Amino acid sequence: MSLSLDDVSRIARLARIEISPAEATRTRDQLNGILAFVEQLQAVDTAGIEPMAHAVDVVQRLRPDTVTEPDRRDDFQAIAPETEAGLYLVPRVIE
Amino acid sequence: MIEASLKQLSAALAQKKISSVELTTLFLDRIEQYNPTLNAFITLDRERTLAAARAADAQLAKVGAGGTAAAGQAAPLLGIPLAHKDIFCTAGWRTTCGSKMLANFVSPYDAHVVERFSNAGMVLLGKCNMDEFAMGSSNETSHFGPVKNPWDLTCVPGGSSGGSATAVAARLTPAATGTDTGGSIRQPAALCGLTGLKPTYGVVSRYGMIAFASSLDQGGPMAKSAEDCALLLNAMAGFDPRDSTSLERPAEDYSRDLEKPLAGLKIGLPREFFAEGMDAGVRAAVEAAVAEYRKLGATTVEVGLPNSNLSVPAYYVIAPAEASSNLSRFDGVRYGHRAPDYADLNDMYAKSRAQGFGAEVKRRILIGTYVLSHGYYDAYYLKAQKIRRLIAADFAAAFKECDVILGPTTPSPAFKFGAKAADPVQMYLSDIYTIAVNLAGLPGMSIPCGFDNGLPVGLQIVGPWFGEAKMLNVAHQYQLLTDWHRRMPSGLGT
Repeated sequence: MSLSLDDVSRIARLARIEISPAEATRTRDQLNGILAFVEQLQAVDTAGIEPMAHAVDVVQRLRPDTVTEPDRRDDFQAIAPETEAGLYLVPRVIE
Repeated sequence: MIEASLKQLSAALAQKKISSVELTTLFLDRIEQYNPTLNAFITLDRERTLAAARAADAQLAKVGAGGTAAAGQAAPLLGIPLAHKDIFCTAGWRTTCGSKMLANFVSPYDAHVVERFSNAGMVLLGKCNMDEFAMGSSNETSHFGPVKNPWDLTCVPGGSSGGSATAVAARLTPAATGTDTGGSIRQPAALCGLTGLKPTYGVVSRYGMIAFASSLDQGGPMAKSAEDCALLLNAMAGFDPRDSTSLERPAEDYSRDLEKPLAGLKIGLPREFFAEGMDAGVRAAVEAAVAEYRKLGATTVEVGLPNSNLSVPAYYVIAPAEASSNLSRFDGVRYGHRAPDYADLNDMYAKSRAQGFGAEVKRRILIGTYVLSHGYYDAYYLKAQKIRRLIAADFAAAFKECDVILGPTTPSPAFKFGAKAADPVQMYLSDIYTIAVNLAGLPGMSIPCGFDNGLPVGLQIVGPWFGEAKMLNVAHQYQLLTDWHRRMPSGLGT
């Protein structure tokens, strides 16, 4: 599976990482190198094999729906780039 | 003092032969002297560290004057200095993860592992350098510059826990924490001549340990011996409700089996771990170690891990996929780097991330995004997860024939800076023996077993699931018979 520059552009948009036209070619070539390396997985017969997402066979633990954490909003927002009135400030989204 | 084991340090502190402040100052002074060359530490705070040492001395005074072995046992790590890999959140200290993205991030909370060691009374010396977001095998991707291998300053220490490894090897700290997703504790331990341990997945809580690949990441100890690692693991391991993958199991004393004789031990030697691709010097050191084990009464049996050749490609689908998800939180909104100029919200995200992440991190995020994307998920990610099951099944079958598996930790000793920079895949192949262990969720260790042209060689010990005590026993018995683990690089004073 060889990527084109368009593919790189599409993936970069999905990943929200800006790739300049200057970087795009080298990025495409390096990604293709990695994809060529992992291509060998395709040759393996995995019919009937269950995917393994987790090392140990466990189920998500649940707990009662009660409040257990203290309100630390001020501590958490103290390290944010921009906040106001307890909100995180970002560029306008809705016109 | 810098050669002393944790047990010896604890006894010295309990018997008032040295105070925590004196011991801590000794290491802080060594860091001041050697860190400018080695670059093992990213963040230091002498005053804060000494304040913690004074608090430890106050605790030690309460334990009882003229301290006894019992006093030391009650608090075996109290007053002893420790360094944390800069991937563990430390409240009030910078946690950079080796990245520009978090260059000024001061965590508002402690990681579970940090809390455990703090409660045990260990004194934080500083935060150790690492490959950016734990992605690397040489500590060359750190935003804060590479770390030098104390055995040869023109060589890498390994990665991603390169700073932790160098710090212990150069005796800048008696112990350090690391994390291991594809070999990042074991490989630098091998390249720097130390003992490092990755526990079974789920044994050490990942709360506050900045996530790279959530189904693979595990924190673990790095120190001069298996005995030391057992004490550290005792402090680190255990259930934490804040990590949904943390396992609830009865508490263990990981040092309980250290002294067991090895007569009757069955060692599995995977044929795939002894095939071509290994340096002659590595092969010689590992085979000599196996011969020592036979002298201790162990027998060996050849085992097969037929799918292990697929572990590196499977990992480089799974780990980037999980990383792309985990690193999507770095968007410049709530913490971390925000671009100074942008046209709109999407542009803010795209520029913040382009500026904040280094090249290797970006590569892995892009690969991960691709293999999870619509139309490719089944062919890549699901396929890799199926192969993962085959790899785990190989180990399960092998452990029916043996108690532990031995082999080289790495195919060659420490390599020169830049030697593997040109082709990412070449770098990935440094982890050829370690990665399968993470995919299967098994515990693994590396211990020093010799030298190859003056550079340390590591022996990898792989245990069955939850077999840490057995692995530590196997390591400790070898360390009673040999002294590779006591060697120290020259030129670093005494």
